[in-house]
Amino acid sequence: MTVNTHTRRMPGWLMALNNIVVFLLRSPTSAFGLAVLAVLILTAIFAPLIATHDPYVQALGNVLQPPGNGHLFGTDELGRDIFSRLVYGARITLTIIFLVSIVVGPIGLVIGTSAGYLGGKFDMVLMRITDIFLSFPSLILSLAFVAALGPSLNNAIIAIALTSWPPIARLARAEAMTFRKADYIAAARLQGASTSRIIVKSIMPMCLPSVLIRLTLNMATVILTAAGLGFLGLGAQPPMPEWGAMIATGRRYMLDSWWLVTFPGVSILSVSLAFNLLGDGLRDALDPKQMNRR
Amino acid sequence: MSVSVEVRNLSISFGAGASAVKVLPGVSFSVERGECFGLVGESGSGKSTVLRCVSLLTDFWKGEVLIDGRSVRDMPLIERCRTLQMVFQDPYGSLHPRQSVRTVLNEPLVIHKLGDREERIRRAITDVGLPVSFLDRFPHQLSGGQRQRVAIARALILEPSLLLLDEPTSALDVSVQAEILNLLQRLRNERGFTYIMVTHDLAVVDHMCDRFAVMLRGEVTEILPHEAIAVNGASHPYARELIGASLEYEGIR
Repeated sequence: MTVNTHTRRMPGWLMALNNIVVFLLRSPTSAFGLAVLAVLILTAIFAPLIATHDPYVQALGNVLQPPGNGHLFGTDELGRDIFSRLVYGARITLTIIFLVSIVVGPIGLVIGTSAGYLGGKFDMVLMRITDIFLSFPSLILSLAFVAALGPSLNNAIIAIALTSWPPIARLARAEAMTFRKADYIAAARLQGASTSRIIVKSIMPMCLPSVLIRLTLNMATVILTAAGLGFLGLGAQPPMPEWGAMIATGRRYMLDSWWLVTFPGVSILSVSLAFNLLGDGLRDALDPKQMNRR
Repeated sequence: MSVSVEVRNLSISFGAGASAVKVLPGVSFSVERGECFGLVGESGSGKSTVLRCVSLLTDFWKGEVLIDGRSVRDMPLIERCRTLQMVFQDPYGSLHPRQSVRTVLNEPLVIHKLGDREERIRRAITDVGLPVSFLDRFPHQLSGGQRQRVAIARALILEPSLLLLDEPTSALDVSVQAEILNLLQRLRNERGFTYIMVTHDLAVVDHMCDRFAVMLRGEVTEILPHEAIAVNGASHPYARELIGASLEYEGIR
């Protein structure tokens, strides 16, 4: 009997994951988001196999070539293959998204749930701090951080992470406040569960779906902010093939050589669009009311 | 395994200053070892608040609550949890939607560092009349009555001696109500629990309780033995009216 129950439990969450994917694929918009994301991840993993050229090798005799002639998306002002640079740029984009999300998610969740559950002065202090961060336009605050820390990709990631946790904390707090009076929390208290145990074991699982959705929607903003910082020369530094930075350098040749800005621009657009659509789909898939059907 | 409870001058008010609302002006009653004590009264008369005060879920009350002669406030948390447990009114809200029955029952054992967890979990679930295979179910896969059984199992797993029942059957179907009441009755006969039970339903009181208190606006108007229901032996006018109304209702049915 014990063996039986244990073998049934593992497929339990796998099945839930499978259900969510099936649900997402059912609607065309979120299926598009999922597909673009799959392409992005596969591209990043297999970049050396997909790229036709070395993204860093310059060919000064072959600059600003239009698409064609062995260069799918043409070449840039230093003769580098734009397609290969975009392919390697996918790695940078994914790194930014991944690092920002794993920093921002837990911070927002911990601050939000503890403020929401504990309430009182603790809530007051944490939320006023959140308010301060929230009242800055995130790009400007990132600019200030990068200016203080020095321009580099890592600093851009830190800056973006510092500016994108407040909305998540707010969301988690609002969710936590609706659950703190629930009977199952009262029951946990009567069992002698410590405050931190209640927050981690009872409150956080309830806030997780909406935080995940928010995080996914947030990724679109993260990509845009990273691209913006790259464009301003404060994020990825040359010769890194970061998409925003590619647009920034291509801008000077934009009138004669449209391919320099178009392809990185389309990449940024489609990836951030994909995250938005996926987030929307996840909102439907993780809706607790619909969970009951599974 | 059973304890006596004495509530002396329990008073609480919500809010501060001029807008403060005195919910309980001063409640006193005592419950003997192994007794089932009912609290009845209309909505908002403070019945549930008494339970929340006794269990220290609400802790800013004044007065004294003595369990076996010791104040609940002086009991260490772990000991208090193992002495008193509560069953809530709404089985749809009292189980964590994302925890399986096994997790729900395992959690208190982990907190209290008790051994033989699997053994205890199985005993608790079979004690409330559910099959062991239900352990891997989630609340949304259970019916209302089954959920309430799980909630009772959760309260029992720490082997308390005092159970606070906050309208444990009011959210359930009539036939399921009877099942749950019989379950509670059986558990009391087997283990000699002391019950304090809040309810709207005097028929439930008649079936379950030895004595009951009629509450009105936060005050205990009268404490009566359950035999007083059938003959309407109350002396306080409000208690008389309440029992009379209930008898009339039962009679029509």
